[in-house]
Amino acid sequence: MEQLAYNISLSSYFAASLGYFLFLIYRKHPVSIFSRCAVALGVISQTIFMAIRSGQTGHGPYTNSFEVAFFCSWMIVVSYFFAELRYKIKDLGAFVIPLAFLILLYSFFLAQEGNQQDTGQIKIWMTLHRSLSIVGYAAFSMAFVAGVMYLIQENQLKNKKLGIMYFRMPSLELLDKFNFTVITLGFPLFTLGFMTGTLANSKIKDAIFSWDIVKTWPLVLCWLVYGLIFFGRLLKGWRGKKAAQGAILGFISVILTFVLHV
Amino acid sequence: MSLSSLVMVGVNHKTTPVEIREKLAFSQGKIEESLERITEIPEVIEHIIVSTCNRVEIYARVEEIDLGIKRLKEFICTSHELSLTELESYFYSHHSNQMVEHLFKVSSSLDSMVVGEPQILGQVKDAYENARTLNATGSVLNQLFEKAFNVAKRVREETGIAENAVSISYAAVELARKIFDDLENHTVMLIGTGEMAEIAAKHLISYGVKTVYVVSRTYERAAGLAKTLNGCALAFDELEKEMHRADIVITSTGAPRFIIDKEMVERVIETRKYNPMFFIDIAVPRDIAPEVNTLEDIYLYDIDDLQAVVAANLKEREKEAENALDIVTNEVSKFTDWMGTLDAVPTIVEIRNRAERIRIAEINKTIKKMEHLSEEDIINIEYLTTSIINKILHKPTVNLKKRVLSKDGRDFLHSIRQLFHLDD
Repeated sequence: MEQLAYNISLSSYFAASLGYFLFLIYRKHPVSIFSRCAVALGVISQTIFMAIRSGQTGHGPYTNSFEVAFFCSWMIVVSYFFAELRYKIKDLGAFVIPLAFLILLYSFFLAQEGNQQDTGQIKIWMTLHRSLSIVGYAAFSMAFVAGVMYLIQENQLKNKKLGIMYFRMPSLELLDKFNFTVITLGFPLFTLGFMTGTLANSKIKDAIFSWDIVKTWPLVLCWLVYGLIFFGRLLKGWRGKKAAQGAILGFISVILTFVLHV
Repeated sequence: MSLSSLVMVGVNHKTTPVEIREKLAFSQGKIEESLERITEIPEVIEHIIVSTCNRVEIYARVEEIDLGIKRLKEFICTSHELSLTELESYFYSHHSNQMVEHLFKVSSSLDSMVVGEPQILGQVKDAYENARTLNATGSVLNQLFEKAFNVAKRVREETGIAENAVSISYAAVELARKIFDDLENHTVMLIGTGEMAEIAAKHLISYGVKTVYVVSRTYERAAGLAKTLNGCALAFDELEKEMHRADIVITSTGAPRFIIDKEMVERVIETRKYNPMFFIDIAVPRDIAPEVNTLEDIYLYDIDDLQAVVAANLKEREKEAENALDIVTNEVSKFTDWMGTLDAVPTIVEIRNRAERIRIAEINKTIKKMEHLSEEDIINIEYLTTSIINKILHKPTVNLKKRVLSKDGRDFLHSIRQLFHLDD
């Protein structure tokens, strides 16, 4: 059952990615409906998978790298639903779902077993740390997608070569707003996640600054990059192209964090 | 009631020059009278007249195709006191599937001069309403036209056929909408009072722009245009000082050289805290130095750029039209299937009526002989016999509706009628 749900979600996201891409180019309506159904199927089977697994481990679905990657892809798809509802960007799926698929595919190569079991207070802090961070990562992924779409549209408008993407992408301002909104949501959550993680770590090692450098520096870097983007916008008015580039740069640090920290 | 009784005749912008079209058009005042006069033609069962500046068409259901088409052509000509023999070559006509397809294309604006233009749907709807109020239409044309409106809606929703501007001033608005999200909170500055700039500004206002500044070398002209646009006039030497307020700048002065250069825009964008700006230079010779476009978050389009955008948009519309044609083809076959099943309806009704007559006759005979039956028993017998008949006839009904659509549908229908002895 568990494995079946996993396989269904992986293949659904693959099919949906393909479908959204075809819809982006050919604008055939049935393809869009197909993709939506595939995403729905994918997210339902992911939810089932996580429910079964959490039932078995007694922890949320984030006790090892495999689960974190899995949970992240689920979180991204869920945030995509909200983003589409709010911003009505028709082709958002063509960018978000392939990302969710790739992260899920990445989990495929990770060991499913070997959970980190926490107890007592540490369990509470770690739960907070992990879930807050994952919501933050999902928000940063959305910002990344908004940044990519922004640069594509910006490039079309600037060079006056209006190809298919000019017609498909929404306005620069909307993408910029979307970018800022998700970072405004993501950065404080990620900061809280960072703080609760530090607390949990201090409980384990009995000292606040007993960090493992290799595991910690990508996290610090990631936090600094998004802090710079966030406060740069508020204080210096960094918007538009700069904000889009920042979101892409930030996402690279997220990937680093993912590989080295999680 | 078959599909082959549907016909249409007409002229449009593709087949007929405007000198002829205007002669054949039915003016608004004349339409009612004309609809009533067609009712008098015995071969015509239902009809609708669509008359716009680009097309004059009559859609009808007739007793017989060729004769029906001929009568309708004659009608169009004689109503305008013209001779059919002279104009025959301008007319086109379609029947059956082709008629349905033509109507769907017309209502979805695939047959329009500018593909995707929105007016035609409203015009067809008005034509239909006119005919319906005068009882010129019946069940088939009503269904057909309602379907045509649905198809048009589907085409508009599922394809981008009406999305991209095909005029320079609209292209400018669309570009503005790809840069800014909603235009409502944005400000336009007109520099110069050229006509094209004014049109573009009016389009922007219709999309929600509320604040308009007008700058001109002669303050009076600026004030005049500002008044028509409900905006605010500025003196020419305030140009740089005030430009930071504008998100969209449209220039159309007769100045012989650039009035806005890169350095000026650099200063302005700094004041604006790097909020993006969109410059539209409609003037020839140009008013804005082309290097301005190299600045970050600044977008500069001159008249040639806008023309290229229009060309790209037209190409995009043509591509979308292909998607729209797929939808039309699909809907035509759905509609003709539905029409086809109508062929089976009279036969089904006859078979059922016959069965019901037999049932009632037999029940009456039986009940007369069995006087001891209570009221409840009789109701039960009624129920029993009705459900036997329904169960027996269910499959044949379904199959008949399905088979009548196939190639040998007519023969099949004929055999069924023979089998049940319906034609005597």
